[in-house]
Amino acid sequence: MNLATKDIRRSLGRFALTAVGIGMLLMVVMGMGGIYRGIVEDATLLIDRVGADLWIVQRDTRGPFAEQSRVPSNLVYRAAAVPGVQSSREFVYHTIQRERDGRPLRMAVLGLSWPTDKGQWLPLTSGRLLRQAHYEMIADETLGLIVGEQIRLGKESYCVVGTTSNMISSGGDGIAFFSVADAQAIQFDVAGESVRLERAARDSRGENFEVAIQQPMMLDNAWRPTSQLPAIGPPQISAVMVTLSPGAEVNQIKETISGWGDVSVFTAEGERELLLTGNVEKVRRQIGLFRALLTLIAAIIMALILYTLTLDKIHSIALLKLIGAPNTVILGMILQQALILGGAGFGIAYLVGGQLFPMFPRRVILSDEDLMQLAVIVVAISVLSSMLGIWKAMKVSPNEALA
Amino acid sequence: MTLENIASTMDMTVNGAPNAIEADNLTKIYGSGNTEVVAMRDATMHVKQGEVVALLGPSGSGKSTFLTAVGLINPPSSGKITIDGKLVLEGDTPHTNLGSFRRQHIGFIFQKSNLIPFLSAAENIQIAMQLNGESRRAARQRAMELMDYLGVADRADNLPSMLSGGQQQRIAVARALANHPSVILADEPTAALDGQLGRQVMELFAQVAHEQGAGVIVVTHDQRALDVFDTIYEMEDGLMCKQTVNSIQTTR
Repeated sequence: MNLATKDIRRSLGRFALTAVGIGMLLMVVMGMGGIYRGIVEDATLLIDRVGADLWIVQRDTRGPFAEQSRVPSNLVYRAAAVPGVQSSREFVYHTIQRERDGRPLRMAVLGLSWPTDKGQWLPLTSGRLLRQAHYEMIADETLGLIVGEQIRLGKESYCVVGTTSNMISSGGDGIAFFSVADAQAIQFDVAGESVRLERAARDSRGENFEVAIQQPMMLDNAWRPTSQLPAIGPPQISAVMVTLSPGAEVNQIKETISGWGDVSVFTAEGERELLLTGNVEKVRRQIGLFRALLTLIAAIIMALILYTLTLDKIHSIALLKLIGAPNTVILGMILQQALILGGAGFGIAYLVGGQLFPMFPRRVILSDEDLMQLAVIVVAISVLSSMLGIWKAMKVSPNEALA
Repeated sequence: MTLENIASTMDMTVNGAPNAIEADNLTKIYGSGNTEVVAMRDATMHVKQGEVVALLGPSGSGKSTFLTAVGLINPPSSGKITIDGKLVLEGDTPHTNLGSFRRQHIGFIFQKSNLIPFLSAAENIQIAMQLNGESRRAARQRAMELMDYLGVADRADNLPSMLSGGQQQRIAVARALANHPSVILADEPTAALDGQLGRQVMELFAQVAHEQGAGVIVVTHDQRALDVFDTIYEMEDGLMCKQTVNSIQTTR
């Protein structure tokens, strides 16, 4: 005879409500883990998908995913000349925030090295890849743009020719893919007034220096095209992605490029690690602490509920002891109830979370590994939280049945 | 009937059956020093198999202390308790596993029916047997037999809250009898019942004791059913001060 289930059946409504409460709490714990997984997945997806063997970034920086990295565009040709390198591509990556229909639109802008890279590695959900070097873009679905839509960025309008899914930056913004030239144009767009002001400032500075009188061309230089104004600067790229020839020795090529004084080199795995130990690490720790706190709260609540359930049964426990029930029977009853409560809570968390998590703005990924880990934690907190009730039950004297 | 002629009358009552209960010189002291309270002093009672004993006395006289001591729930400070010929307690020192011994040899009935609220009537009886190692099927069968015997078989699957006071008490009696105990201890079992039902319950104890050969001690205030008992003890201020043998029973 299973006393635990008999008792639960008697107060099914209260038990169900309690299980729902515990389930909601566990759902938050489960969701936090899922959010972390989503962040890691989003952060590393680009590095994993883009298929570069080496990343060449600005000297002494950790690359575009960790911090600002600027390398000259012509670095791509230098890299391509290294023996063992099959191809090299430009990589432009930055985040912008514009307004669309009166609402903020944040997107990560990523430049594809047209024409070698037209976005063929992207998982398209609609539309097509880039077909021309300018004014086309592929947008992640989370940006809410549809194929055929025109969006104005800087001085140009860009047409959405395709959409993709799950292409999210480590900051949680949807990624939009342009040609490198367009990505740079968006990044380095400067208002016409800024250009005019810069020219006037240079002209004014030149007039105040004697050298300008001796070299009048300096004043002429002040009025040159935008791209030749040092203050505005020529477009640069974030990094260069290198694909190695089959059989090429990664470490040897990395060592060769590392010898250049103006850049740093990372393997794809190294860049991935930098990303995970950088921004994502803080998120991981924060979410980890939050999960631990929530788990502790769940354990305390479960302990109090089980203790209350035990208090409600004190007379029955005393009676059971009076008719000779060994302590193991009573201990088993409380422990089973704790495990049933934990199990029901976990099931509710999984079912409700499965319905709710897809509605979250960021991806929530419930991996089997995380679910197993949480299941073990639930078993552990069920056992631990039943201790208070068991302790109380063990102290009950058969005499109390006579009271 | 006086103390002097008890022994001979007892033999008449139960035909020289062996003792089911031997409680010798039981003393129970609570607290110590200035707060010391003697709840029971040198209380002695021998109950033979098949004998039904009433234990009378005013509130606070030590009846329940005696009953819980004999029931191995609240061990005495000194004295000896022998059940079915086995010395189980000497002072507060157990000579066996008291929980297990209680389960196998003693049936309890209380003032309130004291049924487990989340078990059905039949399950309340079954649990006592299943704790004693009986299979579920055998326990169910015996529970149904007992309920049939006590006239409550039709309420087998009802929860205690759905039963009347009398029905609940019958289930409690059935539970007490479930493991064929050699000792049945009842603490004011008829207090919550009306006169007629109370008498029926008392007669049931007598019937069970005589049919199953169990020694029965009933703590009661109910003077109306005293003729049912073989022997009557009285306690006052912790002392077992008087015992009489019921003439109606002895001539039965």
